[in-house]
Amino acid sequence: MAEVLVLVDHVDGKVRKSTAELLTIARRLGEPSAVHIGPGAETAQVTLAKYGAEKVYTFDAPEALEYLVAPQAEVLAALVEKTSPVAVLIPSNSAGKEIAGRLGIKTNSGVITDAVDVTAGGEGVETTQSVFAGSYTVKATVNQGTAIVAVKPNSVAIEAAPAAGTVEAVDVTVSDAAKAAKIVESKPKEATGRPELTEAAIVVSGGRGTGGDFGPVEEFADSLGAAVGASRAAVDAGWYPHSNQVGQTGKQVSPQLYVAAGISGAIQHRAGMQTSKTIVAVNKDEEAPIFELVDFGVVGDLFTVLPQATEAVKKAKG
Amino acid sequence: MNIVVCVKYVPDAQADRTFNEADNTTDRDGVEGLLSEIDEYAVEEALKIAESGEGEVTVVTVGPEQALDAVKKALQMGADKGVHVSDEAIHGSDAAATSLILAEAVKKAAGGENPDLVLMGMSSTDGVMGVVPAMVAERLGLPQVTYASELTVDGQGLKIRRDGDAASETIESSLPALVSVTDQINEPRYPSFKGIMAAKKKPVETWTLADLGVDAGQVGLDAAWTTVTSFAKRPPREQGQIVTDEGDGGAKLAEFLSAQKFL
Repeated sequence: MAEVLVLVDHVDGKVRKSTAELLTIARRLGEPSAVHIGPGAETAQVTLAKYGAEKVYTFDAPEALEYLVAPQAEVLAALVEKTSPVAVLIPSNSAGKEIAGRLGIKTNSGVITDAVDVTAGGEGVETTQSVFAGSYTVKATVNQGTAIVAVKPNSVAIEAAPAAGTVEAVDVTVSDAAKAAKIVESKPKEATGRPELTEAAIVVSGGRGTGGDFGPVEEFADSLGAAVGASRAAVDAGWYPHSNQVGQTGKQVSPQLYVAAGISGAIQHRAGMQTSKTIVAVNKDEEAPIFELVDFGVVGDLFTVLPQATEAVKKAKG
Repeated sequence: MNIVVCVKYVPDAQADRTFNEADNTTDRDGVEGLLSEIDEYAVEEALKIAESGEGEVTVVTVGPEQALDAVKKALQMGADKGVHVSDEAIHGSDAAATSLILAEAVKKAAGGENPDLVLMGMSSTDGVMGVVPAMVAERLGLPQVTYASELTVDGQGLKIRRDGDAASETIESSLPALVSVTDQINEPRYPSFKGIMAAKKKPVETWTLADLGVDAGQVGLDAAWTTVTSFAKRPPREQGQIVTDEGDGGAKLAEFLSAQKFL
C-alpha cells in the first residue's frame, strides 16, 4: 500500500491532537507515515504509532525550526521524492498552509487548504472545504503531482489504531536559500491553561460589548473548559491579542459549541465561526445579526447573563 | 527602495458571493468587487516605507478587466504606478498558476530582477488560502517573511514582529525579501481628493501572458493542479430559540447547554 505523509504538529515532541486527526484520515488513503521535524521524536513516536503511523521519519537538525517554513518544505519535498506518497497531509494553520504552498511549487503538485474532510476518490483524493464564510461547501480534487492537503483541526473524530511506528532518520541538507528568514526571538505566550483556539471543542468569544473587560467571558470559558476568542473590534481596541482573533483576518474555528458574547456578528466575524456545530449568542441588541445564526440566543447584558450562566454551569458540573 | 505590492480584486464579502454554474469557478462578474481588504494594509505599509526615504511603489494585480479598480484604489492611496496583468487564458487559474503569473509580473515590474521588497496581504478575502505569498517567495527564491504585524526596513535588511499561536516572534531577513502583512500592522489611509485626482495621471501598464513570457497552457482552468468538482449552498441555519433576559437569562443559557449535553 502506498504511503501517506503526515506532517507532525508538535511542541518538543508533544504531539497536538490535530496530528492524530491527520493520521486517522491518512489511514483511509493508504499507509500513514509521520514526518517529525525538530526535537522530541522519541516522545512523539509513542503517540504517532498509537494513531497508526507505520513509519516515523525524523529530521532534527537545528536549522529546521530556526527559520520560517522553508526548511520544513525542503524536508517534505525530499520525502515526496523518495516515497512517492499518494498524499501529503499537513495541519491547516498559517505555517502549515505555507509549507503546503511551497511544497506544491517544489514538487509541481496541486495544493488544497482548509479541508474539513478527505476521502479516497477518483484518481486520488477528494476533499471538502467550507468557503465564502461558510455559505458554500465545495468538493475538490488534485489532478497534478502528489495531492498536498492542509486539513483543519476538529475535522474528524480521532481513532487509535496501533502500528509499528518504525523510526527512520531523513538525510537532507537544508539549502542556504531556505535559511533566510531567521527567527531571532520567540517569546512564549503566558500559559493560560486553556485549550488551543482552533482545536478547542468549545470556544467562548467576546467583542465590543465587553467594553474591554474580558473577565466574564474568561470565567464562563473556564467553567466550560473552553478556549477564549475575540472579535476584530476587541482586538483592534487592544483588549485581546490578535492570536485570539476569530474571523476573516484571524482564526477560522469550527468547534462543537461557539458562544459569542457582545459580538454583533458582522461578516468579518462570521467568516471565522459560521461552521461551528452549535452557536449561542448573548447580546444587548436584539437586532444584532449574530442572532440570525444562533441555536440559542439571550437578548441581555453579558455582564449579568454570563456570570449567572457560569454559576449554573459550575453547579451542574458539581 | 523599489517596492512591489501584489494586490487582488475580490468579490465584496458583504454581497452574496457564489460560483459560476458552468465551470465551478468563483463568480467575479455577478458581484460587486473591490480591493481585497487586507491588501490595503500592504499598500499602506509600502507607502510608509517609501515616504520615510527614497522609494517607488508599484502595484501589481492579476485578474479580469474590472480588477483594474484594485490598482486604481492603490494609486489613489499614493502608489506611484500600476500593472494589470489581464488575459482571457487566466480565468480559472488556481493558487499555483496565480503565483507563477505574479512572480513573473513582479520581476518584470522591477526591470527583470527581484525588487528590494515585495509586499502582500496575508491572504485574500475570497479564497482565504493564504498560500500565494509563500508560493511567490518560493518561485522568486526570496526569503519569505509572513504575517508581519510590525515591519522595520533599513538598507541592509528587515525585521518583523508577528503574533503566533504559541509565541510572539521576531524574524530577521536580508533584502530583497517578500513580506506578507496582517491587519494589525497599520491603519490604511483613505484616498484624499488630491490623491484621487493625482491617480488619474499615474502610469498603468496592461500586460498579457505573452508580455510575461508565460505560456497560456501553464495557467487557467484547464491547467489548474486542483479542480473544484462541485459546490453546494449550505442550507440556512434554522431559526434558533431567542430569549430575553428577565433576570434568568444566564440560567436559561445553562439549561440549554445542559439539554444539548455540553455540561
